[in-house]
Amino acid sequence: MSVKVLTIKEDILGVNEEKARINQELMDKHHVLMINVMSSPGAGKTSLIMQTINEFKAKNRITVIEGDIASTLDADKVSEQAVPVIQINTAGGCHLDANMIKEALDNIALEQTDLVLVENVGNLVCTAEFVLGEHKKVMLLSVPEGDDKPYKYPLMFTEADVVLVNKIDVLPYFDFDVSALSKAVSGLNPSASIFPVSAKTGEGLEQWFSWLEDAIKQTKNRTA
Amino acid sequence: MHEQSIVEALLALVLENAEKAKANKILRIYLVVGELSGVLEEAVDFYFSFLSRDTIAAEASLFFMHTPAQLRCRNCNTIFSPEKLDLRCPNCKERQVEIVAGRELYIDSMEVE
Repeated sequence: MSVKVLTIKEDILGVNEEKARINQELMDKHHVLMINVMSSPGAGKTSLIMQTINEFKAKNRITVIEGDIASTLDADKVSEQAVPVIQINTAGGCHLDANMIKEALDNIALEQTDLVLVENVGNLVCTAEFVLGEHKKVMLLSVPEGDDKPYKYPLMFTEADVVLVNKIDVLPYFDFDVSALSKAVSGLNPSASIFPVSAKTGEGLEQWFSWLEDAIKQTKNRTA
Repeated sequence: MHEQSIVEALLALVLENAEKAKANKILRIYLVVGELSGVLEEAVDFYFSFLSRDTIAAEASLFFMHTPAQLRCRNCNTIFSPEKLDLRCPNCKERQVEIVAGRELYIDSMEVE
């Protein structure tokens, strides 16, 4: 049998990227904005999402996609806000991917939706590598985690459109320098918006709400 | 990290290409792995040998060609390869960088028969 050499030059993650592109196209058709919310476990994603729903649900139709390795704890919390929630359990997978999101989208009436908030698996490493079809990536870094994280997890901070510095209500108890963190993030990603907030007390959230409001408006006004 | 998802995608791609070429067996697969892709060779080998077991790729050898990370300093425009992902520019010592190379993860070529 003769040996043949095949030139391939194919991106291994290309399949995921293609599926993400298709997801995004589908959402664009219906003028739906998708936000991928990422962070380490416990940084405050669910709390942020709850606050966001509370602020936006009067004027916007929101659906939440919850990603976790196991349990429906987050989905249960969110459904108390009376918005549709879809729970994805990855059963060991450390991140959501475009295929999982596609399956979730198949269960959402996109023509009756304005905003999809995706709470990704708590993970600062892998979630940055797998696009879902989202329009914006929002990551949370909480005060107890430390202000040196951009240097340790450069990819996540490079990819984020918004960095929310959460838990500013506990700044007095930690050696966290907000301006050092801002400098580190801007060094990697000059166009990221950085908002210090407390999802618990509500402090600083107006800036995040205002950013999100603009993003939703832009999505609505875009001629698909 | 997450080498299982990567290997699943890799295997699907090589089998698809082998079928298109009407190959009976995949002998060697050449992969380009960037320093910033976070991929560990040993983990890829491990998952590949398991996941390919009933396919024509079951006896394929994997070859990894590593490409270094390259960063561009936004302050002084120096392009450098960071040592151990230290983001400081060797020229001006600032940490304002853009990733220029190192995130690659692709199948370059394969040998089939």
